[in-house]
Amino acid sequence: MSERPVLLAVEGITKAYPGVVANADVSFSIGEGEVHALLGENGAGKSTLVKMIYGLVKPDQGRMVWKGADYAPAAPRAARATGVAMVFQHFSLFEALNVAENVALGMENPPPMKELAAKIRAVSEEYGLPLDPSRMVGDLSAGERQRVEIIRCLLQDPKLLIMDEPTSVLTPQEVEILFRTLRQLSAEGTAILYISHKLEEIRSLCDAATILRRGKVVGTADPKTSSARELAEAMVGATLTPPERHGREKGRVLLGVSDLSVASPIPFGTSLKEVSFTVSAGEVLGIAGVAGNGQDELLLALSGEIAAPSDRVRIDSAPMGDKGPGERRRAGLVAAPEDRLGHAAAPDMSLVENAFLTGAIRKGLTKNGFIDWAATRDYAERVIKAYDVRTPGSHVAARALSGGNLQKFVIGRELSQEPLVIVINQPTWGVDAAAAAAIRQAILDRAAEGAAVVVISQDLDELLEISDRFAVLNGGRLTPPRPVQGLTVDEIGLMMGGAHGMEVAHHV
Amino acid sequence: MDIGGINLVVLVASLMVAAVPILLAALGELVVEKAGVLNLGVEGMMIMGAICGFITAVGTGSPLLGFLGGALGGMVLSLVFAFLTQVLLANQVATGLALTLFGLGLSSLMGQNYNGIKPPLTGAVPFGPLRDIPVLGRIVFSHDWVVYFSVAMVVLLWWVLKATRLGLIIRAVGESHEAAHALGYKVNRIRLGAIAFGGAMAGMGGAYVSLVRVPQWVDGITAGAGWIALAIVVFASWKPWRALIGAYLFGGISVLQLNLQAAGSAIPVEYLSMSPYLITILVLVIMSSGRGRAALNAPAALGQNFHAAR
Amino acid sequence: MIRLEKRPNPSRFWLYATPVVAVALTMIAGGLMFAALGKNPFEVIRTIFWDPLFGEFAWYLRGQLLVKAGPLVLIAVGLSLGFRAGIWNIGAEGQYIMGAICGAGVGLAFYPTESRLIFPLMILAGAFGGWVWAMIPAILKTRFNTNEILVSLMLVYVAQTILAMASTGFLRNPEGAGFPGSRNFSSYPAAQNPELIAGSGLHWGGVAALAVVVLAYVLLQKHILGFQIKLAGQAPRAARFHGVNPATLVVLCMGISGALAGLAGMFEVTGPAGQISIDFNSGYGFTAIIVAFLGRLNPVGILLGGLLMALTYIGGEMASTNLGLPSSAIQAFQGMLLFFLLGVDVLTNFRIRSLIGRSTTGAR
Repeated sequence: MSERPVLLAVEGITKAYPGVVANADVSFSIGEGEVHALLGENGAGKSTLVKMIYGLVKPDQGRMVWKGADYAPAAPRAARATGVAMVFQHFSLFEALNVAENVALGMENPPPMKELAAKIRAVSEEYGLPLDPSRMVGDLSAGERQRVEIIRCLLQDPKLLIMDEPTSVLTPQEVEILFRTLRQLSAEGTAILYISHKLEEIRSLCDAATILRRGKVVGTADPKTSSARELAEAMVGATLTPPERHGREKGRVLLGVSDLSVASPIPFGTSLKEVSFTVSAGEVLGIAGVAGNGQDELLLALSGEIAAPSDRVRIDSAPMGDKGPGERRRAGLVAAPEDRLGHAAAPDMSLVENAFLTGAIRKGLTKNGFIDWAATRDYAERVIKAYDVRTPGSHVAARALSGGNLQKFVIGRELSQEPLVIVINQPTWGVDAAAAAAIRQAILDRAAEGAAVVVISQDLDELLEISDRFAVLNGGRLTPPRPVQGLTVDEIGLMMGGAHGMEVAHHV
Repeated sequence: MDIGGINLVVLVASLMVAAVPILLAALGELVVEKAGVLNLGVEGMMIMGAICGFITAVGTGSPLLGFLGGALGGMVLSLVFAFLTQVLLANQVATGLALTLFGLGLSSLMGQNYNGIKPPLTGAVPFGPLRDIPVLGRIVFSHDWVVYFSVAMVVLLWWVLKATRLGLIIRAVGESHEAAHALGYKVNRIRLGAIAFGGAMAGMGGAYVSLVRVPQWVDGITAGAGWIALAIVVFASWKPWRALIGAYLFGGISVLQLNLQAAGSAIPVEYLSMSPYLITILVLVIMSSGRGRAALNAPAALGQNFHAAR
Repeated sequence: MIRLEKRPNPSRFWLYATPVVAVALTMIAGGLMFAALGKNPFEVIRTIFWDPLFGEFAWYLRGQLLVKAGPLVLIAVGLSLGFRAGIWNIGAEGQYIMGAICGAGVGLAFYPTESRLIFPLMILAGAFGGWVWAMIPAILKTRFNTNEILVSLMLVYVAQTILAMASTGFLRNPEGAGFPGSRNFSSYPAAQNPELIAGSGLHWGGVAALAVVVLAYVLLQKHILGFQIKLAGQAPRAARFHGVNPATLVVLCMGISGALAGLAGMFEVTGPAGQISIDFNSGYGFTAIIVAFLGRLNPVGILLGGLLMALTYIGGEMASTNLGLPSSAIQAFQGMLLFFLLGVDVLTNFRIRSLIGRSTTGAR
């Protein structure tokens, strides 16, 4: 790879935000047609770095060189004009606009809509990513949405394509298709900067890797020759121990869901269709699925935020389908939604108030409707201590905590309520490896104490690690749960709906 | 063509005139809301337009300059809103209300020496013989230029929002400011532009009230027209041509109730004069029910402020 | 250029300082406005803010302060609960009018009977009138998802028409020689809302306002309902997760604010105003919105804000009679106050950074 001419060199880039240094003296270079991995945990500074390359953020110090000339994009427009394109992890599609309009918004001088639609069809066929330009993006699956972003980039003939965690929303089969597309692009001379924390992907796809930890470059590696373990330890900076599983006895059924169908309250959401499963004491049920297949709706239906006929959800045999969140908590169910700021916690309220948010009932924090603030503060401080939440104190606003610390607080708040049933969506999303391991361990400990646990996650490795049984949400339907032991990745992929009908021939 | 003492042709012709202020204001607000901003200060901007337009027209003797003055007055006030909500990130609902309260006070202050003065006349467009065509002549060819301007704006905005890049960008910003920002669009600047446009349109609508509809200066002259314009945007599901229908519907109701009053109808005057407001409520109910039809069309980022954190 | 930077925690200092800064800025901008009107700005500001409290006629005007502040505080506290929960009742003026009509109507129905039960009954009727008027937008919102801002506002215009009907029709004084307006309550002791301590300006409305301030303070600080109101406004999805039913909250907040506005109207019409007349309402329902924000939606703050706003009313009237300042100037002045208040509010949640000399400020 060393004989490739250098396309982009980043030299000594530093970027600081109040309280954190996102990047400190970062340098690396990427050659033409090279697939280069930026490897690092959540919060290692990968996203900030690529935002600077894409012109969204300006570096405080350091410089970038593009084909030997100074490169300092003032805005994404300038970056795009140079030949840099970016596929975002979040937040760059417009649900209420159609595919062609979304593509047009990402281009400098889009052709008239009719021409553009034809071009989208042509390019998407060429790269094996079929798309209908007239469809509303809100109606597309997560994988299809990503295709919109990729096509948007490809239409501009980029020299450098930045991909930020592209596979987190794909089924294993879809990942294969994406990789074929990326290899095809690389063969055509397009460099790809590939951001991920998934090691196997990087080993199979990338030519070179730069490893970031806490905003600094801690090493470079040749992913083809390094082992996943070497990469992991370079990334995390410590050796990791997998969670400990106690032998558990299955007890009585604590959560029973039968034939649950509810309409989604979320615009462009997915309705649940005839979902049925049971979870027994001491058991962990893992529910996988690509984002947007009904995970949020399932959590809402279990937590009590969406009502259903009363016999559709039973907690410890009591029909609870028509009861609200308060009554379900009283019956022993706790839940942790995926979205921490705004759903699981109120951003502008203190941790004490946020502890009261769900702890009021099971912790007996009210008397005749009056709040016992002293007891609530105690409870919040116990959670902070037990779950190692890094915060100056319980008085700070939830929004002041980092994502990982807030996640620890939210999970801790729920798990400290002696629950019978635990429902968690995305327990370790955006959390660093050490904290993730601690959270998984805490979940397993509760199961060992006799709670029934439902973990909804898009991280297959995580689910396979902690679940006893495994099911997949696909288009709002739940596959029959199967024991985890003996499941293969291919089988899981098929349960996840394969490649969502995008298995088309690649013209390479 | 007379029903209950009311001539239908005259009714249609006069409802087109009566609808102009709310139509202009509603079209302006429609663009503002499409860009994701909820400016509840329409009433305040309208009344500022009404007084600024009136003062300009009386001072210069030119109704045309009056309308420009009105547009400018509305725009200046809308820029206060834009500064507070886009730069200082103030709550849009509260700021919009402040705009209305302030506008009502300031307009009355500015207009204290203008009571009882007649503004220069805004004449009908000379269509010559076309005016004499039976029925059609009276309905289509008997109006002043602002009536045609308001209809032309419906067509223009429909085209801009649907078919142009500018329209696409406005819709995109109102749909998801994070996504628009990630693609490099200046969310707050685009919104600022939309707000200024909305202010100019509302100001012009207000000027039409004081220069043509009434025509003189009275405190509180807009009498809730701005709020009805806001309701029409909901009624229209954020579509310009439906705003036209909505405005003509309300124009029709207000003209009809005035005619009924004049014709000495059996219905007491008070019931007639509260009818436009009651019908507005009724229409809002119909549009909003039916499992969020209106909500589904509403720009997703409506009313939310945007601050580019990182 | 300046740039805003979100604070990790809201600033407690600015939380309390912003109203003061806003008042100061309004005095400056208002002074400029008064100067533009050809008045001596210092004289006007002194007339508005100083003379009513310490001037020649302060013995009388201080009492007026409570008369004006009472209804403002009563309405604003109610509104603030809804505003905190993200429920925008903008039609307090209409609820105020309807409360006055219902309260007065019940009283006048008993004329000339003298009984101690009549006034309490009128209080209930006043609260009921405002409550009913607020229930219309509340129920339309919960049942049909109709925008409560527009509906409650439309109902102000309807209430004004009903008020016109009442004063010229069904509540008109039969012995009033055909003039519009109801009987005067000062000549009907059983239904009158008198000044409780001579010269203080305190009537039952003021007592009610003080009681409501205390109750609202306890509710917001100590009670789970207050917690839920705050939560629903700050993070609606978290509120649902906590177990708040949004529909219940809408009905509750609209109902409380409507009932309090109705009470204010009833106390006003039977006390200071004296009778139902076509223009007895003086925009308190709208000014209370400013008061609610001026008090930062906090009951104690609203009490202070209400007194300050009452001061501008009284001082404004004095400036109008003594200095010839147009009364609409005061309305514009109050509007300005709200602008500045909303504007400087940014300091509570954001820091302002200069982008001039970016390389030094941006670094670390």
